[in-house]
Amino acid sequence: MAVSQMIGARIQRREDPRLITGGGRYIEDLKPVGALTMALVRSPHPHARIRRINADAARALPGVVAVLVASDFKEVLKGSHPVAPAFVAEKLTVPDRYPIAADEVVFQGEPVVVVLAENRKLAVDAAEAVEVDYEPLPAVTDLFKALEPNSPKAHVNLVDNRAWDLTYAGEDTVSEAFARAEVVVKERVVQQRLAPTAMEPRGVVAEYSEYDGQLTLWLGTQNPHFIRLFVAGMLGMAETKVRVISEDVGGGFGSKISPYPEDYLVAAAARLLKRPVRWIETRSESIQATTHGRGQLFDVEIAAMRDGSLLALKVTQYLDTGAYVGTFGAFQACACLLAGGAYKWPGGVAARTVGVLTNRVPTDPYRGAGRPEATHNIERILDKLAHEIGMDPVAIRQKNFIQPDEFPFTNNFGLIYDSGNYQGAMDQAVQLVEYDAFRKRQAQARAEGRYLGIGISSWIEICGFGPSAATVGATGGLALIESAQVRIHPTGSAQVFVGTHAQGQGHETTFAQIAADTLGLPYESIEIRHGDTAEGAAFGYGTYGSRSLAVGGMAVRKTAKQVVAKAHKIAAHLLEAAPDDVVFDQGRFHVKGNPGTAKTMAEVAFASFGASLPEGVDHGLEATSYFDPPNFVWPFGTHICIVEVDPNTGSVNLEKYVAVDDCGEIINPLIVEGQLHGGIAQGIAQALFEEVSYDEETGQLLTGTLQDYLVPTANEIPTPVLGRTITPSPSNELGVKGIGEAGTIASSVAVINAIVDALQPLGITHIDMPASPDRLWQQIRAAQGAQA
Amino acid sequence: MADRLPVSVAVNGTTYTREVEPRDLLVYFLREDLRLTGTHVGCDTSQCGACTVLLDGRPVKSCTLFAVQADGKTLTTIEGMAKNGELHPIQKAFWDEHGLQCGYCTPGFIMTASALLAKLPNPTEAQIRKGLEGNLCRCTGYVNIVRAVQSASAAMAARSAATPELVERGA
Amino acid sequence: MIPAAFAYQRATSVDEAVRLLGQSEDAKVLAGGHSLVPLMRLRLAQPATLVDINALDRELGYIRRDNGTLRIGALARHYQLEESAEIKRSLPLLAEMAAEVGDAQVRSMGTIGGVLAHADPAGDYGTLALMLDATITTNKRSIAARDFFLGLFSTPLAADEMLTEIAFAVAAGPHAYLKFRRRMSDWAIVGVGAQKLDDGSYRVGITNAATTPIRADGVEQALQSGASPAEAAKRAGQRLDPTSDLRGSAEYKTHLAGVLTQRALEAAL
Repeated sequence: MAVSQMIGARIQRREDPRLITGGGRYIEDLKPVGALTMALVRSPHPHARIRRINADAARALPGVVAVLVASDFKEVLKGSHPVAPAFVAEKLTVPDRYPIAADEVVFQGEPVVVVLAENRKLAVDAAEAVEVDYEPLPAVTDLFKALEPNSPKAHVNLVDNRAWDLTYAGEDTVSEAFARAEVVVKERVVQQRLAPTAMEPRGVVAEYSEYDGQLTLWLGTQNPHFIRLFVAGMLGMAETKVRVISEDVGGGFGSKISPYPEDYLVAAAARLLKRPVRWIETRSESIQATTHGRGQLFDVEIAAMRDGSLLALKVTQYLDTGAYVGTFGAFQACACLLAGGAYKWPGGVAARTVGVLTNRVPTDPYRGAGRPEATHNIERILDKLAHEIGMDPVAIRQKNFIQPDEFPFTNNFGLIYDSGNYQGAMDQAVQLVEYDAFRKRQAQARAEGRYLGIGISSWIEICGFGPSAATVGATGGLALIESAQVRIHPTGSAQVFVGTHAQGQGHETTFAQIAADTLGLPYESIEIRHGDTAEGAAFGYGTYGSRSLAVGGMAVRKTAKQVVAKAHKIAAHLLEAAPDDVVFDQGRFHVKGNPGTAKTMAEVAFASFGASLPEGVDHGLEATSYFDPPNFVWPFGTHICIVEVDPNTGSVNLEKYVAVDDCGEIINPLIVEGQLHGGIAQGIAQALFEEVSYDEETGQLLTGTLQDYLVPTANEIPTPVLGRTITPSPSNELGVKGIGEAGTIASSVAVINAIVDALQPLGITHIDMPASPDRLWQQIRAAQGAQA
Repeated sequence: MADRLPVSVAVNGTTYTREVEPRDLLVYFLREDLRLTGTHVGCDTSQCGACTVLLDGRPVKSCTLFAVQADGKTLTTIEGMAKNGELHPIQKAFWDEHGLQCGYCTPGFIMTASALLAKLPNPTEAQIRKGLEGNLCRCTGYVNIVRAVQSASAAMAARSAATPELVERGA
Repeated sequence: MIPAAFAYQRATSVDEAVRLLGQSEDAKVLAGGHSLVPLMRLRLAQPATLVDINALDRELGYIRRDNGTLRIGALARHYQLEESAEIKRSLPLLAEMAAEVGDAQVRSMGTIGGVLAHADPAGDYGTLALMLDATITTNKRSIAARDFFLGLFSTPLAADEMLTEIAFAVAAGPHAYLKFRRRMSDWAIVGVGAQKLDDGSYRVGITNAATTPIRADGVEQALQSGASPAEAAKRAGQRLDPTSDLRGSAEYKTHLAGVLTQRALEAAL
């Protein structure tokens, strides 16, 4: 085996030279000759009946090639938007979704008319000129009202707005524990809707070659192979006739996993008009029509003893699915299955998820997807309980953590946590943040009338989707394994094709680090290829759920080892030795005890294309394989945040943020730290700034631009202090877990717990997100009023 | 077709003369007429800064200017930062410090940072953050962007010290 | 998004600009453009003609002091106000205010005249103009700041009238402008300016808490009668009429005006 040099190395990314010079290839950079631009007329109403569409004026404008409505697509697009079972196999109501509305619009931003023109200006002008006569219908906006029998329905023909209602474990599971508990604490936790806001909006370019019946679709996606599958299905084409290419993706965070109406519409328009078609989303369209994240309400109730021993937990999730069920919307129900967090629940965990249809854009996974919610719930209620029984938040966690010697640990829903040392991560975080010193400082500050607080969040995560047995049902038949193809060329350079893709996480670097060490080739001679369904292995499953390294990276590892095994035979033949007598060491094959005479991998590669091969060995040096992990992987850690709240303005100063995370073995620390920085920022953004707001009465979107949807700037986000523990995963030979979502999973509740801790002298025990200055001030004032 | 107006603009040292429609935004002129696609569009309300370029040396959001407004002016875009195949110290620093992930906002940040460092060669962390207030990044939490600007500032100071004639020539 | 088509005219003098403005039914001045162009991109504004006055940089971009008066051309840009040694000397509060407008890129383009003429209650300079009894000059006349802000986005400017200068009495004493916002680059949720004059009196103004900027004369009078900043600040809400929106409830904004007034006064002692 080669001595590991690249795995674990803190090296710069090889993606960067093109990206820092303006040489990135994003979707808008692509403009095939003769391409038409598509613009969409979208519904301005959350819910309305389409009475009449008049496109005469639009059609008459110069440069307008076509104006199409739903009926124009019927011959080309057949079927309904896919909805995966995810964590809710049995759904009650899944409204059919056609890419473009015909008679009824059910969310603001839903496509109604497609305009195709010679350039973008003309397309937008024409879209403005289309007249649509709508009859507004009552909009469903409130989750609880939506569940009442007499509520208006999100679609006129629905009987019920309940998309699903699934009890994973009933209240009877925990009734005994709740009966004997000395203390029961409950809370309603709001997870506001968030706009994922990848800096690159979506975009699709399609070209249809009539004579060979080949469709090429370029788009920025996390999931090229799945998009190919869905688009081929909707267009009634063989998968082999559809090629999806995704080059540099300007962020996704979950919002570029599922297919979108525009993916189908652009492809269909290219086919109908026999011209390339291009559509680039604007930011205002994006906030309206790209899937949102979160959008949930939880009722959480905890049963415990006065000494801080946890007994049981009850969680009910109400999930705003939007007007249609998002392709992977039900994934977020994993918030129920992970409700117990890093702790033991001898009295059980009851969990129920209810999906509710509303007249809003569908929700789908957004960074963390279900796991930030689970962490927020348990860490919030644990702090509330600690406060109730007068116990320190550190102590109550310490008392109830799953212990290192209890792994593999089976949780209340049968999920098996692979490895962990939760106490170890928390200890380090407590030390880094100087917890005891802070408590002294806090007491002093309180005496001076200042409000300092500290918030802890011990998080766990299920990721690395996933074992075939566990995921095949969730997708409806395609197990979320991962594939790679490794090919060494005669002169010793290697191409590695992977089925997953990147959205900015540096796979071209990380995977090359793994391949270099495994193949014993120089890092520079390895090329990672991804994002093009016409290249490499047959199918890949995309980048989400922190799976690319633990599954895709392992596919690279496994495949590279198969290549080494083949090279081994050829090398032995070249060295005129029995394979068993040959060793592979630092990229060189030699006979045991004779390192002086050796064949490098490059030499073996050259020979593999020659005439002298051992018996039964084919030409070439390549392999394709699929990696099916035996289990999920389970990263964890503890984040601690210190804040000061200004009671007069309600503003929050983030004084310090400490994060100790454990993602198992690390391939490239630079990239791991970068993932944490960004993830933490997104969680802080949820805690303090971001919310997609709708008018409660009319259902109209209020945060339609980045002026109102508050993505924080460099001035609002602190630099976190990062610590680290390493507990290798036993689920794969690299020992790796995942880190893409960790920061976001942990951080929102660390901030909120800190704010609640700061305001504890006022008797405040809970705060909803975003903790805006106004919201905090109102709550502080009410609390002061109550105390007075 | 609407009226077209002549525009003559020096971009990264080359003068281009084109005809544009009054409503053509500068960013689309750069991207589509000149095929300089390193300048990106991330919003439509002048918040995100992905479209930042230098206009007569000052940072501007090219999505909020019409191309006609650049007539007779000098522009620098991300494509003009590296010289003779050598990365600009700010580009190098973004690479070294992992100051980017998806890279979409990066050209805008680099252009804004170059204007910032021209004005304040040795900024404090707070000045860097303030100087970058008009650029949004969704991937990095800004941590390594701030570090990159700090490290570029040090590298540029060291380079100026080593070759004082560069400073005189304004490089 | 792409703006709707419009006719473009480039003015090379104030006279020409005014003539061009008078010629079209629906003409707008294009100065910095950072309020106008985003609205046009969203097609919330679709002017028939834009009269680009950016070529008047030299004619209207000046910053100079005549004895006790600081004269600023309407086209002086935020960054010039921020960096001007003259302003730092003669009216440092204006330089500090300018440094907090928008972001670095916006400050490269945006102009003082544009902010005043747009009359957005969130425009910081209007507050200063009111506080210091500035004189706003157009091609036709001079208007006292107190007569300039008529309402939301509303001024006495006629269709063929263009703002050319704003003149402030020099004020270099203790001062503060507190701009409360959630993100650094945002408009003020509420902003409060305080300036101590040479005669020991205070001027106080409030941004974005009514349809126009507000001169907090009640606070000024209280201070004049010897009230402490805390006492005087209690009168900050007197003439305010903020609207509830995503940034905060009216109640909160009124409260915030008081808190910021007290803090601004304490900072400007």
